[in-house]
Amino acid sequence: MQRLRIHYAKRGRLRFSSHRDFQRALERALRRAQVPMAYSAGFSPHPKISYANSAPTGVASEAEYVEIGVTVECDPDRMRAALDEALPPGLDVVEVVQARTPDFVQRLEASSWQFEVPGVSLDALARCVEALLAAPEVEVERLTKQGLRRFDARVAVVSMQAVGAQDAPLTSAAADCAILTGVVRHVTPSVRPDDVLAALRRVADLVPPVPPRVTRLAQGPLNPVTATVGDPFAPDRSA
Amino acid sequence: MNRTLPAQSGASVFDRLELLLPLVSKPIQYVGGELNATLKEWESTVVRWAIMYPDAYEVGAPNQGVQILYEVLNERDDVLAERTYAVWPDLEALMREHSVPQFTVDGHRAVGDFDVFGLSFSTELGYTNMLTAIDLAGLPLLAVDRDETHPIIVAGGHAAFNPEPIADIIDAAVLGDGEEAVLLITDIVRTWKQGGRPGGREGLLLELARTGVIYVPQFYDVTYLEDGRIQRVAPNRPDVPWRVRKHTLMDLDAWPYPKAPLVPLAETVHERMSVEIFRGCTRGCRFCQAGMITRPVRERSITGIAAMVEAGLQKTGYEEVGLLSLSSADHSEIADIARNLADRYEDTQTSLSLPSTRVDAFNVDLANELSRNGRRSGLTFAPEGGSERMRRVINKMVNEEDLIRTVTTAYAAGWRSVKLYFMCGLPTETDDDILQIATLAREVIKAGRSATGRNDIRCTVSIGGFVPKPHTPFQWAAQLDHESTDARLFKLRDAIRADRQYGKAIGLRYHDGKPGIVEGLLSRGDRRVGKVIVQAWRDGARFDGWSEHFSYERWMLAASKAFAEESVDVDWFTIRERERAEVLPWDHLDSGLDAEWLWEDWQASLDEVAVEDCRWTPCFDCGVCDQMETEIQVGPTGVTNLPMPAMPARPPVLA
Repeated sequence: MQRLRIHYAKRGRLRFSSHRDFQRALERALRRAQVPMAYSAGFSPHPKISYANSAPTGVASEAEYVEIGVTVECDPDRMRAALDEALPPGLDVVEVVQARTPDFVQRLEASSWQFEVPGVSLDALARCVEALLAAPEVEVERLTKQGLRRFDARVAVVSMQAVGAQDAPLTSAAADCAILTGVVRHVTPSVRPDDVLAALRRVADLVPPVPPRVTRLAQGPLNPVTATVGDPFAPDRSA
Repeated sequence: MNRTLPAQSGASVFDRLELLLPLVSKPIQYVGGELNATLKEWESTVVRWAIMYPDAYEVGAPNQGVQILYEVLNERDDVLAERTYAVWPDLEALMREHSVPQFTVDGHRAVGDFDVFGLSFSTELGYTNMLTAIDLAGLPLLAVDRDETHPIIVAGGHAAFNPEPIADIIDAAVLGDGEEAVLLITDIVRTWKQGGRPGGREGLLLELARTGVIYVPQFYDVTYLEDGRIQRVAPNRPDVPWRVRKHTLMDLDAWPYPKAPLVPLAETVHERMSVEIFRGCTRGCRFCQAGMITRPVRERSITGIAAMVEAGLQKTGYEEVGLLSLSSADHSEIADIARNLADRYEDTQTSLSLPSTRVDAFNVDLANELSRNGRRSGLTFAPEGGSERMRRVINKMVNEEDLIRTVTTAYAAGWRSVKLYFMCGLPTETDDDILQIATLAREVIKAGRSATGRNDIRCTVSIGGFVPKPHTPFQWAAQLDHESTDARLFKLRDAIRADRQYGKAIGLRYHDGKPGIVEGLLSRGDRRVGKVIVQAWRDGARFDGWSEHFSYERWMLAASKAFAEESVDVDWFTIRERERAEVLPWDHLDSGLDAEWLWEDWQASLDEVAVEDCRWTPCFDCGVCDQMETEIQVGPTGVTNLPMPAMPARPPVLA
């Protein structure tokens, strides 16, 4: 069985798809693209697909990852093209590599995020960032299936900056927004973009008039010195 | 009146909607972008349709009727069709607050910008969702208050066979198959628009009404007798016909729609592709409105079905195909269809299903064939009546021996669970008829245990209240009041619980009788019921098919307000038996069924006399084929073996 790792993006209005929505769309796209999927044995066989760390519903992403198993050897570049064609526009396949190394999921140590914050000046946003970074600990609440959970969101934040729209990492960012970028470590319980915003509200009363548009820019190994997120496919390429 | 409206621009409202989506549940349902959806340029088209299934997206998106019409219309170059669904109350509140209009999911255009706003009603419980949509679209609720800047509102679907309760709201109704009807309406609208809209809105509606196959309620006056019954329904314009006929599509093979079924991103109630294998049913079950109003039987051929399955799977990537019809095992070529399709897809992780409804050992063979290497978890049968006497009354001829033999065959073939559907409150029914369901379920388990030697087999009894429907022999019957329905269901529940030996293997699912009374009011109501619908909607009625949103008390309160000045009430419309001489609200709408035949069948029902199926016996003069100039179209075609499809080309992804 050959294993392939797929890097895809969730863009535009498709950011409103949930993880389950993506799972169904991917499985159907794999069938339309005639990918020779490996199936699990047993009473109700299902295709071998492993999902990792999907971005929350409503959050766009340039860096989502999934791994599949196939029974006949496939060409990664042709797979990228065929799968991109079979998926709806907005679920875009960026790159496919053959899996040559173990422990892919463990390599996804942190994510970098972009928040487009409307109705808030760059100066005001910069002060919010300062307040957050100065706080040793910021407790936030989230309603989970197990009930209301309280946890520290600050501990996961590695770096954070406020920049003008012209300096946004993504050119698609709205021109009239201040931009927040940051690197957040993957911890348990996970600290999601919503939790980061809750932390900013907690320490600096940041309450944008409409919900900020959030995009995951990258996820991968964390370089603690530069506070940057690396390419998780690098070991597969060089192996 | 010369008004300048920003409407009719066809501009997308997505930018404004998008700001609300992070605040609502399951936002993906409002985003569109389904695989195989069509998005056309507004300006390049002349006639524009917004088509609504008036329920939540998860229910409406898989609807075959909407998917068929959407594709039939969009195949025309100068026609644009987009879809819209009911928005949940969370988004409705935000749309009102931020002035976002009812929108289509394709182009996110305002529904008020379209020429025609068509709604497909599978059930009357969608009426309040229609009002929400009309109101959110910024249109006046009542037809008389709308002008030529507004779309015309057209109702279709089974409920349109008695659209009288919504007669003051809609502009027109279409009875029967929609494929040709939507094209006829399109042609008339196109001519009217290109001719400079002669006669304004009324001019267009008159053109539609004069065809004799499109019902325009405002051109008919209803007068009432002192006791509340209808005196007469008469046209109030010259050359508007006295009766309006239904549409019947002949030759299904010529209409292989949907050719490219929609694949939503959001999860829906049917995660599969459907292929309609025939339309119509002449089994003659007397409670079944679908069987009565969709006559005659018209089959799609085995080759036509196989081609649709193959093309659809390639275009969708679905893993399951349902072979749809009112009684799929009745297709004249069903055994060959099942065997051929099972052969074709044996090694492909594609499963086939047959919504099998008849209690017939042959059905089990089919189900076995279709699940060759899949799981055999549950089979469903619908005896509908609990006792043999009851089944003679409703003309669903299954004797207990057959039923036991059928389920024994199923259990022996490896099926572990059988689901049986029944109705409560059928004409002449007594407690004893319902209690026999418990006896029957007990016999089913007993037979299953002895056939398999296992104790883990189950039988689920699912039972709901019967609602008499227009254009059926039971249209004259009294509906059972909800208190008696509930009392009977409780007796059944107690009888099953008291059965120590088998009771634990029998599951019971039932719905209380209250929603059935509201459905009954809307099904057999006349124009006076319209005020109740508007009142209930103003009082908050939405999503009435959903138990968590439905409120019986709200509807009864609305009825007492709306009927305050009338000599009729809810009981009058529901639990009252009608006489032969009474003018029924839908008598001027022609389903082809001969009223005399329907009455005789009603009398035969009371005498417990069964009738045969005209596919296999001589015609018994229900009137449809004569009246509608249609004919039974059934096989077999003589084709029994389909060639295997050409080997697919080498998948392009291979190394």
